[in-house]
Amino acid sequence: MRLFFNYTLVGLTQGMIYAAVALGLVLAWRSTRILNFAQGAMAMVTTYVAETLLEHSVGYWEALVVAVAAGLVLGAVTERVVIRPVESRNPLNAVIVAIGVLIFLEASAAGIWGSQERGFPAPFSVIGYTVGGSGIEFTPFNLFVILAVLAMMGLLMALFRFTALGLRMRASAFSPEVAGMLGVRVKRLLTLGWALAAGVGALAGLFVAPSVFLFPQNMDEILIFGFTAAIIGGLDSPLGALVGGLVSGLALSYIGGYVGSSFTASGAVLLLVLVLMVRPSGLFSSSQARRV
Amino acid sequence: MAGIVADPDPVAPATTHAADPAGAPPGRIGPAALHRLRLPTQPLLRHGLLAVIAGAACYLLSVQVSSFSNFNIAEVAVYTIVIAGLALLVGGTGQVSLGHAALMCVGAYAYADLEAHNPHIPLAVGVIFATALTAAAGGIVGAAAARLRGPYLAGVTLALGLAVPQLADHYFSSDQGISVSFTPPSSVETNHWLAWICLLCALIVLFLIANLRTSRWARAFSAVRDDEIAASLAGINVARTQILGFVISAACAGLGGALLAIGDLGATSGSFPISLSILLIAGMVIGGTGTLVGAVWGGLLVVYGPIWLDDVVGSTTSQLGVNLPSIVFGALIVLVVIFLPDGIQGSLNRVVSRVQKRLQW
Amino acid sequence: MNGSLVIEDLSASYGPIQALAGVSFSVPEAAITAVLGANGAGKTTLLRTITGLVRPDAGSANYDGVDLARIEVAEHVRHGVAHVPEGRGVIAELTVEENLRLGGLFRRDRAGIRQSITEALELFPPLAERRRRSANTLSGGERQMLVVGRALVARPRLLLLDEPSLGLAPRVTAQIMALLRRLVSEQGLTVLLVEQNARSALSVADRAVVLALGRVVMDDTAAAVGADDALRHHYLGY
Repeated sequence: MRLFFNYTLVGLTQGMIYAAVALGLVLAWRSTRILNFAQGAMAMVTTYVAETLLEHSVGYWEALVVAVAAGLVLGAVTERVVIRPVESRNPLNAVIVAIGVLIFLEASAAGIWGSQERGFPAPFSVIGYTVGGSGIEFTPFNLFVILAVLAMMGLLMALFRFTALGLRMRASAFSPEVAGMLGVRVKRLLTLGWALAAGVGALAGLFVAPSVFLFPQNMDEILIFGFTAAIIGGLDSPLGALVGGLVSGLALSYIGGYVGSSFTASGAVLLLVLVLMVRPSGLFSSSQARRV
Repeated sequence: MAGIVADPDPVAPATTHAADPAGAPPGRIGPAALHRLRLPTQPLLRHGLLAVIAGAACYLLSVQVSSFSNFNIAEVAVYTIVIAGLALLVGGTGQVSLGHAALMCVGAYAYADLEAHNPHIPLAVGVIFATALTAAAGGIVGAAAARLRGPYLAGVTLALGLAVPQLADHYFSSDQGISVSFTPPSSVETNHWLAWICLLCALIVLFLIANLRTSRWARAFSAVRDDEIAASLAGINVARTQILGFVISAACAGLGGALLAIGDLGATSGSFPISLSILLIAGMVIGGTGTLVGAVWGGLLVVYGPIWLDDVVGSTTSQLGVNLPSIVFGALIVLVVIFLPDGIQGSLNRVVSRVQKRLQW
Repeated sequence: MNGSLVIEDLSASYGPIQALAGVSFSVPEAAITAVLGANGAGKTTLLRTITGLVRPDAGSANYDGVDLARIEVAEHVRHGVAHVPEGRGVIAELTVEENLRLGGLFRRDRAGIRQSITEALELFPPLAERRRRSANTLSGGERQMLVVGRALVARPRLLLLDEPSLGLAPRVTAQIMALLRRLVSEQGLTVLLVEQNARSALSVADRAVVLALGRVVMDDTAAAVGADDALRHHYLGY
């Protein structure tokens, strides 16, 4: 029973990270219909930026803000310079371009900061809480991560649902031609979508670095599971990213714990196949065909 | 993303359409030119002849160069096989696979495991077994994937690409893998023999795929790729065609994996990471998805890209210098896709057809 | 004239097909001008060219000092021009109210959006009933109401409508036509109305332009066009 409890806690925390990565993927997808393979690498770069600041005695929270800002810039620049030329072409081309960016960023990071694993601090304790006299797999930092990701999601959903900007972004995502006709400058919002995606990713990178350490490829596996989460949730839906993340996190935690750690990726495959069999576009996708 | 390769033009141009077998798809030498060059116009003969000529040329090359170069040649042949199959899947049937190295892994382990239990089995038998087993695995994946489109298929294959090596590690005791023995006939040097075997397999595969592309199957493939609903209305069994695409590309991947295991003298899961799957896709797109020669470019890119970049740009003196080849590689991928959307071969084809128009061939 | 739309020598083609060939006419301010003609006469192409969805080969569509045919589609709203497209235009994933609000995002006086939305909902009661529901629950006729309402929320000075009666019950069509008439007289709205249903258009229009094969064959008052039997039989089918 205690095992189940611990696996659940670990799954929830991991799930939140996957949800954050998934949210970044959803934001990029909604605006440009492109899978941002470089999402993880961008998060890794912004984490290095934060680490550099920390080394120069900048406080953690200031470094976090700068990392997110750097993410916004990185995402915007990538979309404008590298993705824009291939946006209207075959989607596979855009995937390859994103992969090129991934390789470029990982190699650049190794070139600038070296490929040696580095530690990265957590702003709260990483010692587990004790419940009833014994420790559990849940730390104050984990709690912070869960709350932070929820808060970020809440902010973004508020942005989308209640602001004029959010309305324009949603309109552009659902129907760029009609939105354009109504005066929305769709192309700028594409850039904004990627900027937000990378900003969200930056947070994910910062939250994950304490446990997986900081090195150029540290986000690779997380990206794949974040992908899984995004697809399960339905690529169109931020709420889906959250649910998909939690489901993935929990499922992979149970599978890893009860069956074995060499079965996590197989578990992801199984999860994907099961969900997609029942809902081919993911759990929360707007499954109705877009009518014009 | 309604089918990740829904638009056939940029990545898989009309050269896959068998609308007029004797005619001239853009960039190809037309019937008049073929007569001039005394090449047969009938596809089977033409492909056979080209294969023989290419084979002779490769043999001559192989004999001239060093043992190490022969190993590289063998690798190029292997990756050409895999990428040709992948291009058939992606460019031909419009289904994406971001985990194709997993199928290579299946082929490698299949061969190695068979050999481990049957030490005296002939190489050809082992290779055929590995190919067939991987083809069957591809069929299963294809069947599971038949309902999935674009990004959803991408996600599943990506996870699969991660899962298979993990499972291989688990079931075949640790990441040391299984070792494989390879003894060439007494008078031949090991790597030369390896290169000849791999080249032979590559030529056979390219020959078969070339004939497939000019057969009536090609029409079914491209119909399914372009518009599933229209294809099924035209009487094509969409699911079966898609699964066939997976089976064939899996067979190629399995063959490649088995050959790789032979060359590496062992099958290890570490040889088939996700980055290889990604590299295969990148090599395919940059080489030019729509053409078979593009697969050769892809193979060259995968093997020689890193080597060449290391030579030209790399240096061991600084942290930046060591990573510069990869930095340039990433940038090159971006630039090639943006400025040469049809890949290297596609762009060459366009140049050739423009020259042809001038010379009126 | 400041408030009128002047189409001058407008030509457009789809590849080898010449859809518009040197079309010229004026759309006077504070009046309804109907563009009529058989299917394929070029009416929709005309509208799409004016609104910037199709690039013209030659000619211009000048309104208030700006050539509408050559500025970005998204800029039109900022010049007080609203387009009600044929058939499409409702964003199904958004609610009725959100669709309406979207219409008003770029008007000069943002503060008046609330008021305009309320007015639009009053004009079309079926929309008011479903105001917070997703737009894809609307029927065809209701979607057309939504698209018209949305254009009105933009408080345009020039309104371009492409076959607003298509797929609508006659009662609803009459309602929309009457609404246009009212807005013209109350607010001085300028209207360019492309219509297949010539009869209903002529009953409400001030001027009428008849197109055939991409050219103007008649440009006169609506009454004159309506009275010309030969023209009606030949070009308008009744």
